[in-house]
Amino acid sequence: MKILVIADHDNGALKPETSKVVNAASKIGSDITVLVAGANVAEIANSAAQIAGVTNVIVADDAVYAQQLAENTADLVVELASGYSHILASASTTGKNMMPRVAALLDKSQISEIIAVVDENTFKRPIYAGNAIATVQSNEDVKVLTVRASAFDVQASQGAVAINSVDSAVANTTTEFVSVEQTMSERPELTAAAVVISGGRGMQNGENFALLEGIADKLGAAIGASRAAVDAGFVPNDMQVGQTGKIVAPNLYIAVGISGAIQHLAGMKDSKVIVAINKDPDAPIFQVADYGLVADLFEVLPELEKAL
Amino acid sequence: MKVLVPIKRVIDYNVKARVKADNTDVDLNNVKMAINPFCEIAVEEAVRLKEAGAATEVVVVSIGDKACQEQLRTALALGADRAIQIDTEQKLESLHVAKLLAKLVDQEQPELVILGKQTIDADNNQTGQMLAALTKRGQATFASKVVVEGGKAVVTREVDGGLQTISVALPAIITTDLRLNEPRYASLPNIMKAKRKPLDVIAADSFGVDLAPRVTLVRVEEPAKRQGGIVVESVSELVEKLKNEAKVIS
Ligand SMILES: Cc1cc2nc3c(=O)[nH]c(=O)nc-3n(C[C@H](O)[C@H](O)[C@H](O)COP(=O)(O)OP(=O)(O)OC[C@H]3O[C@@H](n4cnc5c(N)ncnc54)[C@H](O)[C@@H]3O)c2cc1C
Ligand SMILES: Nc1ncnc2c1ncn2[C@@H]1O[C@H](COP(=O)(O)O)[C@@H](O)[C@H]1O
Repeated sequence: MKILVIADHDNGALKPETSKVVNAASKIGSDITVLVAGANVAEIANSAAQIAGVTNVIVADDAVYAQQLAENTADLVVELASGYSHILASASTTGKNMMPRVAALLDKSQISEIIAVVDENTFKRPIYAGNAIATVQSNEDVKVLTVRASAFDVQASQGAVAINSVDSAVANTTTEFVSVEQTMSERPELTAAAVVISGGRGMQNGENFALLEGIADKLGAAIGASRAAVDAGFVPNDMQVGQTGKIVAPNLYIAVGISGAIQHLAGMKDSKVIVAINKDPDAPIFQVADYGLVADLFEVLPELEKAL
Repeated sequence: MKVLVPIKRVIDYNVKARVKADNTDVDLNNVKMAINPFCEIAVEEAVRLKEAGAATEVVVVSIGDKACQEQLRTALALGADRAIQIDTEQKLESLHVAKLLAKLVDQEQPELVILGKQTIDADNNQTGQMLAALTKRGQATFASKVVVEGGKAVVTREVDGGLQTISVALPAIITTDLRLNEPRYASLPNIMKAKRKPLDVIAADSFGVDLAPRVTLVRVEEPAKRQGGIVVESVSELVEKLKNEAKVIS
């Protein structure tokens, strides 16, 4: 059994998701290759080589992979795929964009967002916004899987293993990169933070998110949001937590002015401890909260910041 | 320009899915069904392209049993011109759906196919990307803005780090994200008009696609339930609990 893991990175650094996907891979087998495709990614390949359990790293370093557009990275993966029984990537927007292409080109059914490995053919994954957990068995000879990183731990590190380069520069003839508007933040990444504090429609506007920032500073937290807060333009799209946004499972999740719709719960209900602050005692968020505070957020947030 | 929009009949997003007592699947008996929300956004985008003069025809297609004609009629009431039901009783995987759609794309030759980014039942997020690979077309997934001009689509995508804009040569495949538009409601006159719009039924078997299952559903269970929590009376009690009981802050 040979496993290929596609590294998740932003050309600057390897994302912690990669280590979690290797953790998932290590529950399937022990021969694990990581592919790093990008431009100027020597450092990233180095980091990948130090994830415990990785047996070797392949690096495809070329300008054509700079933006990791799905068309040519998928072709590259397919080119390298022969001999692997499992191909895994994290269910990040990059992985979600590329992996189904890989699966279709290999004529395989993909299994999305696995949260557990039962055996080499059998996996668990949430369906219906996490209201049901399906156990599915793949009959394909090559399993194409995306992994919900929040369900797996980060691997330890090891002495770097061998890194081999491939110089296959697959061109992308259909799609061109135009621009990127990166959300800048000094805070930890939502999906990697130990503490997340999220605001919803109850925050009323973007300026009021400053009330969460003071608390986030004290707790070293990332800031998230509900869909309603994103749709209303309070905060950028990449802060959305939920079924169709980011999935988080921090030690502490604080939901402020969020009602607790199933789509929001789907993104945070695996957090270790959940706190809800909402003025409506009947808000469904209280059904999943370990500690609920029924109060006006504008009164209690300044108080909370002071008390920390 | 012809636009093809694949739509799926799914559980209404307001309904919480229940697992069957025998753990074989989710129970959809007497459950309210609707167009998958992301597909509704796709229909809206296609209709807007037509209203703006960029598209000439909007064709909607759904793969499923006769019941999905209800969702096709809704799409027609929202402004689509004609509908196709690809008839099958079988529960299909995204790869099967993509293969059937690829055959239809062959027949219909749309310059643009707009799909939802994901269905809210299977939560697969696969079909659009697979269709793009099978038809060798470029893809722009998770779209929050689409501008069609000069033989290409310039698409802004919702990605983990923010927003990415790419340009895809037509013909192309687009999948929708939540912020692309806000779908309209169907008016009563348009619902009446939709009844007279063409709706063709084609048997799934007639496409010559191998629809044999490749993934077996072994078991479906409820997720682990969270233990009931407590209501605290004050901020100081909350902080005290987080420090000393939950031990998640210091
Ligand atoms: C296809 C689809 C996908 C979706 N995906 C997601 C997703 O990924 N993530 C997501 O979050 N949602 C998602 N949604 C939306 C979801 O259904 C809800 O609409 C959304 O989560 C509601 O956001 P909210 O809780 O902020 O707003 P509301 O439901 O309006 O709740 C606001 C809450 O704030 C409280 N409040 C108001 N003022 C105060 C105050 N002063 N002090 C204290 N409390 C106050 C109110 O009591 C209320 O409970 C999706 C929906 C669809 C259809
Ligand atoms: N049975 C179906 N009939 C028509 N379109 C579908 C069907 N299943 C999926 N799709 C399309 O593919 C998108 C993504 O679905 P999925 O890959 O299953 O998450 C949906 O939003 C639809 O546009």
